[in-house]
Amino acid sequence: MTKRPIRWHIAVFLAPAVLVYTAIMIIPLFGTLNLALYGEEGFRGLRNFRTLLGDPLWSDAFWNALGNNVWFFVIHMLVQNPIGILLAALLSSPRLRLAAVYRTAIFVPTILSFVIVGFVWKLILSPLWGIAPSMLDAVGLRGLFAPWLGQEGSALTTLALISVWQFVGIPMMLIYAALLSIPDEVLEAAEMDGITGWSRFWKVQLPLILPAIGIISILTFVGNFNAFDLIYVSQGALAGPDFATDILGTFLYRTFFGFQLQLGDPHMGAAIATAMFLIILVGVCLYLFGIQTRLRRYQF
Amino acid sequence: MAARSRPGRSIAAHAILLTYTLIALFPVWIILINSVKSRRAIFGAPLALPTPETWDLVGYTTVLENGDFFGYFLNSLIVTVVSLALVLLFGAMAAFALSEYRFRGNTLMGLYLALGIMIPIRLGTVAILQMMVSAGLVNTLTALILVYTAQGLPLAVFILSEFMRNVSDDLKNAGRMDGLSEYAIFFRLVLPLVRPAMATVAVFTMIPIWNDLWFPLILAPSEETKTITLGSQVFIGQFVTNWNAVLAALSLAILPVLVLYLIFSRQLIRGITAGAVK
Repeated sequence: MTKRPIRWHIAVFLAPAVLVYTAIMIIPLFGTLNLALYGEEGFRGLRNFRTLLGDPLWSDAFWNALGNNVWFFVIHMLVQNPIGILLAALLSSPRLRLAAVYRTAIFVPTILSFVIVGFVWKLILSPLWGIAPSMLDAVGLRGLFAPWLGQEGSALTTLALISVWQFVGIPMMLIYAALLSIPDEVLEAAEMDGITGWSRFWKVQLPLILPAIGIISILTFVGNFNAFDLIYVSQGALAGPDFATDILGTFLYRTFFGFQLQLGDPHMGAAIATAMFLIILVGVCLYLFGIQTRLRRYQF
Repeated sequence: MAARSRPGRSIAAHAILLTYTLIALFPVWIILINSVKSRRAIFGAPLALPTPETWDLVGYTTVLENGDFFGYFLNSLIVTVVSLALVLLFGAMAAFALSEYRFRGNTLMGLYLALGIMIPIRLGTVAILQMMVSAGLVNTLTALILVYTAQGLPLAVFILSEFMRNVSDDLKNAGRMDGLSEYAIFFRLVLPLVRPAMATVAVFTMIPIWNDLWFPLILAPSEETKTITLGSQVFIGQFVTNWNAVLAALSLAILPVLVLYLIFSRQLIRGITAGAVK
């Protein structure tokens, strides 16, 4: 090895990415965290956070949004990921006909924007149009219909399920990829031992795809605690009815930009963004140090 | 030997997959067929296919007269294509530097760039807006392109450097023997070899950019710079009681994406599952 003085090409290769990333992402991120420490009258230290968590005017809205956000995430974990795993397991079964057609079709909602998805479901669930009631009528369940998006009790769950409908393709694809990467020899060895069908899935395949499930969970977590578009499109910035669907993203938007008569407040907005940052950071760290290191990885 | 297929289980698998396929496609289908029907038929028989009697394109004419959908589409296209090109180029260059050379701070730089995978760029919005205001970039497509480039880079660098580690050292060293510069090795030897990985990155970068509502709403809400996502959101908000127009606007937003998806779905799905299907 000859010792070269300065290898300029390394800097040239790195510079564009590092510059753009630092200028547009990292500096504003820390700028926002910093802004949360100031107010109209100057440096306020942590008092913005005391207002956010202690002043009932703010804290009620904050805890409401956080609680709703947690419920939003729980629905995704309980509905989206099991459905995704089930579909992937079915798709990966050998010699299944039409697998490519199913795969392509089920992924369609994922490529659509929140705007489309939000309005499509708003129309379908609308009591005015009557698609949902007449379809329930066809199976004799008309009595079950209610304007789900308009009722405080069901609006958030309905929106979460709409979001699940949209994104189920992602866990499906990632799990499908993980299942395909299990070598045939492993499955054949299991078959020699008489393990087939569902017990093969539970005992052989599931343990092998646990890392993929872990990655999906953390992706879902970050995505959900950063969600905004679907709620904004279907319920507006006020996240109605009566803030029943308010999550951290819509709360941040309202605070930062103001709504109706309330003026926007960049400092409190920055404080909410900082709170979201900390929540996501804690979640990611729990995953990285608590879960990921304990998962056993298999090398084939 | 693969498992003997048992008819019962296979029928059950098809039943479940078919049911879910219908759930996935039904909402899209219902919007598309109703967008070309008259108002009466939309409400009278929403599930029926359009017939010559109920055929009516009034929704589309309203949309095309009242919203510059072609302009919105063009804006989205420019923003997505330019950001994607920058993410792929800058991302590949940085990934090459990280995977090819040993230098002090390599690991640290890798971690620094990977930070953005987990921390969403939206949390910096307050400061990004202030920065764009002071740079005079509000209501320009440049602002969106810059933000999306920064947003896409972390994942691009991460995925591409994984792939570039697998490019054979012998090949690169042979290139060096032949007197190729480091730049030529990158552009002429390594880039063509990681094309499949570039496709994966392109997919993961493109969809969120095209569909984003947050940054267009905040950084570029003017009529001239509206993207198709923001444009359809605003349009539908204004015409919310005109069902023909709303359905037509939704269809116009769905169709280009759907057509592109159907053309590229094979590559797209192969891209997503690239890690597994070698």
